[in-house]
Amino acid sequence: MARLAADIGGTFTDVALELDDGSLATSKVPTTPQAPEQGVMNGVRLALESAGVKPEEITGVIHGTTLATNALIERKGAATALICTDGFRDTLRLAYENRFDQYDVFLEKPEPLVPRHLTYPVVERMDVRGQVLIPLDESGASAIVSALREEGVEAVAIGLLHAYANPAHEQRLRDLLQAEMPDLQITLSSEVCPEMREYERLTTASCNAYVQPLMARYLTALDGELKAFGITSPMLMMTSGGGVCALETAIRYPIRLVESGPSGGAILAATVAAERGEAEVLSYDMGGTTAKICLIDDATPQTARTFEIARAARFMKGSGLPVRIPVIEMIEIGAGGGSIARLDTLNRITVGPDSTGSEPGPVCYGHGGTDAAVTDADLALGRLDPDGFADGRMTLDVQASHNAIGEHVATPLGLEPLDGALGISEVVDENMANAARVHAVERGKDLRHRTMIAFGGAGPLHACRMAEKLAIPRVVIPHDPGVGSAVGFLRAPIAYEVIRSRYMTVSDFDLEAVNDVFAGLGREARDIVRQGAPDAELTEKRTCFMRYLGQGHEIEVAVSDGDLQAGENERLAASYNEEYARLFRRAVPGMDIEILGWKVVVSAQSPALATDQSDENPHEAEPAGRRLLVDPAAGKSAEAAAYDRKNLRPGASFRGPCVLFEGQTTTVVTGGYDGRIDRFGHIVLERRQEANP
Amino acid sequence: MNEALERINLQIMWNRLIAVVEEQGQTLMRAAFSPIVRESGDISAGIFDLQGRMMAQAVTGTPGHINTMAAAVKHFVGIFPPETMVEGDIYLTNDPWLGSGHLNDFVLVKPCFLDGRLIGLNSCTSHLADIGGRSFGPDAADVHEEGLYIPPIKLVDAGVINDTMMKLLHANSRVPVQNEGDLYALIACCEVGEERLAGMMREFAMESLDGLAQHIIDTSREATLERIRAWPRGTWSSEMMTDGYDFEIKIAATMTIGDDSLEIDFAGSSGRSRYGINCPLTYAQAYTVFALKCIIAPDIPNNAGALEPFIVTAPEGSIMNALKPAPVVMRHVVGQLLPEAAFGCLHQAREGTVPAEGTSVLWDLSLRGGFGHHHASNQSQFAMELVHNGGTGGRPTADGLDATAYPSGVMGSQVEMTESTTPLIVWRRELRPDSGGAGKYRGGNGQVIEIGSSEEAPFQLAAALDRITYPARGRAGGQDGARGILRLSSGKPMNGKGEQDIPPDDRLWVETPGGGGYGYPAERDPAAIAADLRSGLVTK
Repeated sequence: MARLAADIGGTFTDVALELDDGSLATSKVPTTPQAPEQGVMNGVRLALESAGVKPEEITGVIHGTTLATNALIERKGAATALICTDGFRDTLRLAYENRFDQYDVFLEKPEPLVPRHLTYPVVERMDVRGQVLIPLDESGASAIVSALREEGVEAVAIGLLHAYANPAHEQRLRDLLQAEMPDLQITLSSEVCPEMREYERLTTASCNAYVQPLMARYLTALDGELKAFGITSPMLMMTSGGGVCALETAIRYPIRLVESGPSGGAILAATVAAERGEAEVLSYDMGGTTAKICLIDDATPQTARTFEIARAARFMKGSGLPVRIPVIEMIEIGAGGGSIARLDTLNRITVGPDSTGSEPGPVCYGHGGTDAAVTDADLALGRLDPDGFADGRMTLDVQASHNAIGEHVATPLGLEPLDGALGISEVVDENMANAARVHAVERGKDLRHRTMIAFGGAGPLHACRMAEKLAIPRVVIPHDPGVGSAVGFLRAPIAYEVIRSRYMTVSDFDLEAVNDVFAGLGREARDIVRQGAPDAELTEKRTCFMRYLGQGHEIEVAVSDGDLQAGENERLAASYNEEYARLFRRAVPGMDIEILGWKVVVSAQSPALATDQSDENPHEAEPAGRRLLVDPAAGKSAEAAAYDRKNLRPGASFRGPCVLFEGQTTTVVTGGYDGRIDRFGHIVLERRQEANP
Repeated sequence: MNEALERINLQIMWNRLIAVVEEQGQTLMRAAFSPIVRESGDISAGIFDLQGRMMAQAVTGTPGHINTMAAAVKHFVGIFPPETMVEGDIYLTNDPWLGSGHLNDFVLVKPCFLDGRLIGLNSCTSHLADIGGRSFGPDAADVHEEGLYIPPIKLVDAGVINDTMMKLLHANSRVPVQNEGDLYALIACCEVGEERLAGMMREFAMESLDGLAQHIIDTSREATLERIRAWPRGTWSSEMMTDGYDFEIKIAATMTIGDDSLEIDFAGSSGRSRYGINCPLTYAQAYTVFALKCIIAPDIPNNAGALEPFIVTAPEGSIMNALKPAPVVMRHVVGQLLPEAAFGCLHQAREGTVPAEGTSVLWDLSLRGGFGHHHASNQSQFAMELVHNGGTGGRPTADGLDATAYPSGVMGSQVEMTESTTPLIVWRRELRPDSGGAGKYRGGNGQVIEIGSSEEAPFQLAAALDRITYPARGRAGGQDGARGILRLSSGKPMNGKGEQDIPPDDRLWVETPGGGGYGYPAERDPAAIAADLRSGLVTK
């Protein structure tokens, strides 16, 4: 018996195999963009061989992929059409009527996925209550069918006004089109996103349609390969919301698969938080191109309902397409090991958001890169072992890093290369810390008592310094930090979330309508979860989105279970006011509260945690050697201990400044922190008392 | 630590200061009630040293606060000298001439303390939905008709909220509870700012802000001057006509680029209007400087040093320097056109640097129903601002943007949201083909919007719209954009300014203006023409 997880990233495909005793076998193979299922199969074979497991012993497969995301970023999806209400042909193009960069007169806005000439209006109109104002003119459908054929359209999104309130016209149009074109893939806005606000709903529907043919082909092919290989257990898919769903659901709503890799990382952090009993956590995942930051309270990642996909300009908010799907909320900033450092026009050091990627990579790789990257700075500062990079398969060129940092950063500032390297590292750490701060305040959270859980190839290198800047007292680096997302997949629950808009106020509360909405949502979510977990016990969580009448930001409030009773509205109002006062210091007395939408999450029991743990036996760790390390607070280089992580047992302790190296990354401990290995094998760094700022 | 590392440290503290003001701004937006604030970010937040010099300002949805806040805090320091400031104080004004140009904008200033010592000031501004008066339209005869006027006062005195002020504010608004909520949001914004500033100074072991302030201001001033010096020296001028209300308005600008400054003077422009479309100078300065910065130094953060080299003047009594008690509530109708005057000058100094003229003025539809003498017994009461835009001007290297805000940065309204909170039905909202001016790079298109009521009752539009008589002009051989159109669906024309009725059996028909084209139409890339025809955005 063993469970398998596979994560396709832009550069590598990671596979993690969890055995009965809780131990992990992992493999990392190149992604094969032309036929991604081949890369997955390569990784699966390797992992199974190394663990001596047969295909038929696999009892579960969980898969996550960036394919949908990449197709959207690279605009490589299907020829997609949109059918809209007559008079509203340009909803996608009008967007928010704003510019994402206040000062940039020359910016270009993201082009809609559906061109204007493939946008077809039909005469019909619903009102906000779902009443028909103009009946559907069915005679329009046949003209659209011939146009779709002529244009070679593969996928269609149908997005009519107020369809979330009454989907009848969308459904009728689908039936009419499908009768003429049985192979056409059709997305209804009322199914993929039954929520008010036409721009986001239509964008979500068009993104779903755009990636649907591609994802359907790929997922079907991979499913076939796995079966042919002898793995009979059904494949489940990781979603952006942090749960997994059945293959059928994934093929129907592929938009829910975007960002499944990073959400796996957040699930890993949540799992570590649960096993260690960490109530408030900041998850920090830094790879080659970006850093992802996520807040996790009580082992539950923060979630959101909108995600901006394919941000074009420097990860700037507003430069992408907003899709309304359940997501684990994180901020992603252009700060990774490959991020390029240079001077701006004010002679200030800037880092990223552009990255050298894996090819040519940082200068120190010796693959022809010329730009100084964060990894070059880390190398110059003594944080990386030039001979131990990537499981020892690569030797890094320290001198090349020094030269590039000198040329692009230090020399023009009159600095030594080492000081330039420190400047680069301080700037990127500060950028990430600032992004984390702003993110926290947007969510009404304080970072200062949180535990940071850090992973990803570059995360452990920068975690401790970032924690110092954020006044975070504890940092945890889990085991296997390099394949964190795939490990996270293994811990994800089978779950599905649905939301429906139905507007009302607390003073004008329609109990019957709410009960109807919840009954429908619960049924839909349970049906979907049942596909992946036929026999499991299901739990249902209900919430609604409330705000003071006239406010812009909603707060999610828990709704009672079962058939709702009179008085529920007053209970909701009380919870809302309490939460509001917590976020903004004072509730606003005498204000009516409006409820915009209702949400149900149905989940099956999460897979049991592996119990790979031993007792902590306190002892001082034995260094594997010493190296010159620059501590950022002191600003100069000094000798520090270097530990080989694989030799450290639970209970081993060490004092910063020092480094702990392992196959795929290095943990840097700054002078203000002490560390130990906990009973789960995670590295735990604690801020020393005198180091309190 | 050596001097060079010290400089990197200053940079990091500077970045942190910007994060602190962004955090202040976010707090304000999340807690705000006024729709224009939460949807559009009509706010600002900044940090100041003890001399009242602005060190950092949040980048928000509107440029209307850019200079105004920097100037306002200086006034406060004059009125409440630092030696009288007490921990827990917060000061307030909505004086249009001290603050942000109309009574709806509330400016708060908070002295910030660290371990009992005064270290600096922070400030935030937000647009309150209603402060009484004639409400949001241009028809008042003077500023006193526009609502409650609050001179600089202590809103919070050593931690105690001024109850009298809160009661007055409550009594002088049609939406008192919202106003109260917005004021609490402003107070929270100031408090968060103080807390974060103190935290930052502790972390970096800073005794005072002076060294950092000097560094930020000097660096930014020098960098801005360097950019200005890259332009030719000399004097240029431009003129444009705009629709106005009681009379058509001339905007005349003269720009002088010298070694140490870039000056724009509006001498020769029309005098003030009798209606509320006048600008206090501080607001005219904000939009003019914003436009200059967009072209000359867009990447230099806003602070006292970066703003100092830009000098904007206008004769007293002109429409961009209207004196108290002129009515000013819709000052954006003139203020948002001032960037065009600045661009007109910059284009002469150096071609190929600025776009053609665009719509510039927001097409902000202030709609109401069910109030006052119009009230029908079964009619719902509503008041809604629908924010929409026309096209921007064609650019030297690219087409203009369709239906996009510039210079304002606000966001447009969505149909389903409008219909969920009002009895209105939006029957049409789509781009307006052929409205962008032809050119090598064509102007952005406007949009067509048609709005009726679902009830058997009239509703009202308080219009303050422009570019109905005078279109956005093309540049460098480009043609003018289409004029805006405001009428009833039945065909009856409506005025671009002032309150008007839409009868129950008719609808409001709006066509927002197109942007001007850039360069000669004959030089347009045939592929771009083909794409326009295929999309249907150009039909002829």
